[in-house]
Amino acid sequence: MAGTVVIKNGYVFDPLNEVNGEMMDIFIKDGKVVEELSGTEMKDAKVIDAHGKTVMPGGVDSHSHVAGAKVNKGRLMRPEDHYRWTREKTDITHGGCGYTVPSVYLQGYEYATMGYTTVFEAAMPPLEARHTHEEMRSTPILDMGAYLVLGNNWFVMRYLKEGDIERAAAYVAWMMRTHKAYGIKCVNPAGVENWGWAKNVSSLDEANIHFEITPREVIHGLAEVNEMLGLPMSLHLHGNNLGHPGCWEITRDSLAIPSDVKPSCNVDVERAETKMDSNRFQTVYLAHAQFNSFGGTSWRDFESGAKGVIDYVNKADHVVIDNGAVPFGQATVMTGDGPAIHDLYVLTGNKWSNTDVELECGSGVLPFTYLKSNPVHSVQWAMGLELLLMVNDPWKTILTTDHPNGGPFVKYPQVIAWLMSKKAREQTFSECHKWAHDRSELASVEREMTLQEIAILTRANPARTIGMAHRKGHLGIGADGDVAIYDIDPTRLNRNEYTKIVQGFQQAEYTIKDGEVIAHRGEVVAVPEGRTYYSDVSVSDEMDREMLKDVREWFKYYTVGFANYPVPEKYLTKPTPIKVDAGR
Amino acid sequence: MSEIVLTPKGSIDIMVEAEVITPDAFAGKSVHEIEALKVWQGPRQLPLSEFFDVEGSAGTTAEETTIVITGDVPRVKLIGAGMSAGNVIVEGSAGMHVGSNMKGGSILVKRDAGSWAGMEMKGGVLHILGNAQDHVGCAYRGSWHGMTGGRIVIEGNAGSQLGGGMCGGEIIVNGDVENFCAIRQSGGLIVVRGDAVRAAGAEMTGGTLVVCGHIMQFLPGFEHQGTEHDLTMGDVECAGEFMKFVGDYAISKRPKGVLYVSREANEGL
Repeated sequence: MAGTVVIKNGYVFDPLNEVNGEMMDIFIKDGKVVEELSGTEMKDAKVIDAHGKTVMPGGVDSHSHVAGAKVNKGRLMRPEDHYRWTREKTDITHGGCGYTVPSVYLQGYEYATMGYTTVFEAAMPPLEARHTHEEMRSTPILDMGAYLVLGNNWFVMRYLKEGDIERAAAYVAWMMRTHKAYGIKCVNPAGVENWGWAKNVSSLDEANIHFEITPREVIHGLAEVNEMLGLPMSLHLHGNNLGHPGCWEITRDSLAIPSDVKPSCNVDVERAETKMDSNRFQTVYLAHAQFNSFGGTSWRDFESGAKGVIDYVNKADHVVIDNGAVPFGQATVMTGDGPAIHDLYVLTGNKWSNTDVELECGSGVLPFTYLKSNPVHSVQWAMGLELLLMVNDPWKTILTTDHPNGGPFVKYPQVIAWLMSKKAREQTFSECHKWAHDRSELASVEREMTLQEIAILTRANPARTIGMAHRKGHLGIGADGDVAIYDIDPTRLNRNEYTKIVQGFQQAEYTIKDGEVIAHRGEVVAVPEGRTYYSDVSVSDEMDREMLKDVREWFKYYTVGFANYPVPEKYLTKPTPIKVDAGR
Repeated sequence: MSEIVLTPKGSIDIMVEAEVITPDAFAGKSVHEIEALKVWQGPRQLPLSEFFDVEGSAGTTAEETTIVITGDVPRVKLIGAGMSAGNVIVEGSAGMHVGSNMKGGSILVKRDAGSWAGMEMKGGVLHILGNAQDHVGCAYRGSWHGMTGGRIVIEGNAGSQLGGGMCGGEIIVNGDVENFCAIRQSGGLIVVRGDAVRAAGAEMTGGTLVVCGHIMQFLPGFEHQGTEHDLTMGDVECAGEFMKFVGDYAISKRPKGVLYVSREANEGL
C-alpha cells in the first residue's frame, strides 16, 4: 500500500512532542502519521528496522536560495561551479550539476538524500514570482514555498508613509494571492530603493529619497501588517548594513522594533497533534544573523559582534534567528541587497551581477570563497556557531548556511558536527586564522548540542517558525509522514569521533516523504512531486476594491501589463493554499 | 619503472573522454583491469579496450608507471588529466585537455596538442614537441584562476589565450602565439620566443610575460619602465635587449604585471 510504512525500534527525536531519543515505532498510513496500523494494514506495510539508528522528522529548511532569477543568474555566471560537481542520471532521476548553485533537479536529490523534505525559498521578487514557481515546480521531491520581497516595494512604502496600514495590509494580501507567496521578506528596508540612485541608508532613522520613509517605519509597518493579516509566519528580516563591520548594533535595534506587536496567526488549517504549542510565538524572524552581527569599525579591527545580538535574543521573547553559518570553501553570495553585493565586488574584484527590479526591489550575485587562512572569514565561521551555541533557548534558533551565501546546504552535516563536538571546533581552530580564536568567544563555549537540540534546529523550530508545524517538523498523529533515519546510534555516540557525525547526517539511511521511501543511503529511489504552499489571504471586498483602484493607477510605471502580473495556479505543483482569514 | 603500451585501434568519430589514462588510475592494475576501465563517448560508457590494445604492465604506484600511447590520438581527450606522478608519452598528437589539472609527473607529446593543454595545471611537466591550440595553461570557462604551478614547454606555436588567468608556474613557447596571450595573468612566467598577434598581457595584474619577437598590436595600458639586457629568470634565459613595461593600467591602479618586449623586433614602440 503506497504511503504506508512502519519504522520499528528506532531512537526517535521529536522535540515538538517531547520525545527525546526514546525507542519507539512510527506508523504512517496514506502519507500521514497514525497511532497504529491494523493487522491487515501491517501485512501490506513496508517495515523498516531502525534499530540502533536515529529517527527524526524530515528536515525543514526555512531559509535557502534555491529558486528564481538570482539563483539562476548564479548558475549562468558560474560554469566553473558546475563541471567539478556532477551527479549521473539514473532510470528515475535526471543528471545534474553544480556545487553552490546546483541545478533544480540536483538540489532536490541532494536535500532528499540528506533527510530534508521541506525547503522554503528565502526571497522571491514579485516580478520574478513566475520564474521562481517554474523552478520550484521543476525541483523534485521537496515541498516548497517562497517569501515575497516587500521591504522596498513602492506601494508598501507609500502606504506606510501615509500611515494607511489597512491599505498596506490589503495590498500585501493581494500580492500573496497574486504571486502565490507564503510570507513577507524584508531586505535592507528602505535601502535597496536608494540603491537605484547609487545610495543606501545606514541608520534606522535615515529616510530614503523620494519615499522619505525610514527602515524603522518599514520594519514596524510590515510587522504590523503581518500580524493584522495573521500570516502563518512572522516578518522575515534581512537587516540594514548587512556585511559591514559594526552592523550588530543596527541589527539589535532592528529586532527591538516589532517588540510591541502581538503575534497573531489566523490560519485555518488542520493541526496534527503536538504536545508543545505548534503556533509560532515570534513577530520577527531574523535571517542569516551571522552576516548581520559584524563587530569592529573596519576590516582591520573586525571582530565578532554576535554577543550583542545574542544578549538581546536571550532576553527577548519575540525573536527567532537563523545563523547563516560559514563552513569554509566555495559559496555564491546572492541577495536582494544590491548595495551589499556592490560593496563585496569592490572588496574582492570578483565577477558580479546586479539587478533593479522595477518598483519592487533589487538583487546581486557574486562568487565567493571562504578561506581558513583569511582572518575575517575565520571570524565569520566562529560567529555562525556562536549564534547557535550562545543563545540559551534552542527554540529561538535555526541552523542554515543561508545557502549558498555562507556555503552550500550540503555542508549542514559539517555544521552539525561543530555544534555537537567541542573537539571538532578545536580541530578547526587549529587549522584556521587565529582571529577566529582571538576575536570571538567561541573558544570559551563548552556547550555540545544533543541530538534533540539538533532536531529542534533543523526540523521542529524551522517548521514552527514559518508556521508549518501543523503538519511538518514533528511526528505527532496527523503529521505528514516525512521521516529521516540516520545511521547514528545515540547510545554509542562519541562526540570526539565527529567525522562519523558528519557522515551520519550527510547520507540518511532512509528518507521518507508522505510515507514513501525517497532515498536510501545516498541513492534516490522515488521522485514524487512536491507541494507548493502559499498564503491565501482574504480581506474585505471593499478594502480590496479601493486598494486595487489605486494599484492600477501606479501600475503604469511597470513594464508588464496588469493582466500579465499574476502567477496562475497552473504554475504550481500540488498547490496547497493556507487559508488566512484576516477578518477573524 | 613499468610500462603500459596503448596502441590505438583505429580512427575515432565522436571524441572520447579518457581521464582514466593516467598513471594514478593504471597503477596496481592488471592489463585486464586497465582494459575494463570506462571512458565516455558521447552518451555511452565503453571500456578502454574498445579504443586501444593494452600491453605491458603497470607499476604498483603512479610514480613507477609509464604509459606510452603509440600513434595519433587527436580525438582522445583528457590524457593525463589530474595525474600526480609517473610518465605519459604520446608518440603522436594528443586531443584536448591533455595534462589538464595535472599535479605532478611528466607528459611528453611528440606531435601536436589540442586546446586546453595543461588547463589549471598545478605541478609537473608538460612537454609538447609540436604545436598547441588555444587556452594552454588557461583557467577553464568561468574560473578566474589558471595554471598555478609546474611547467609547460611548447616547441612549436600556440593559439590564443595562452596562460589565461595564470597565477604561478611557467610556460615556455619556442614559436609564436596568437591573441590575448597572458590575459588576466596574476603570477608566474610566460616566455614567447616568437611573435604575438594582439593584446599580449591584457588585464595583467602580476607575473612576467616575455615576448622575444614582435607584438602586432601592443596594448595601451602598459607603461614603459626602461631597458634591460639578457634576461635571466631561474633557468630560463632570453638574450638581447628588452623594453620593460608594467601594466595593465586598464584593469588596476597599481598593476604589478611585467611585460618584456624585444627592442629589435618592435621598433615602432
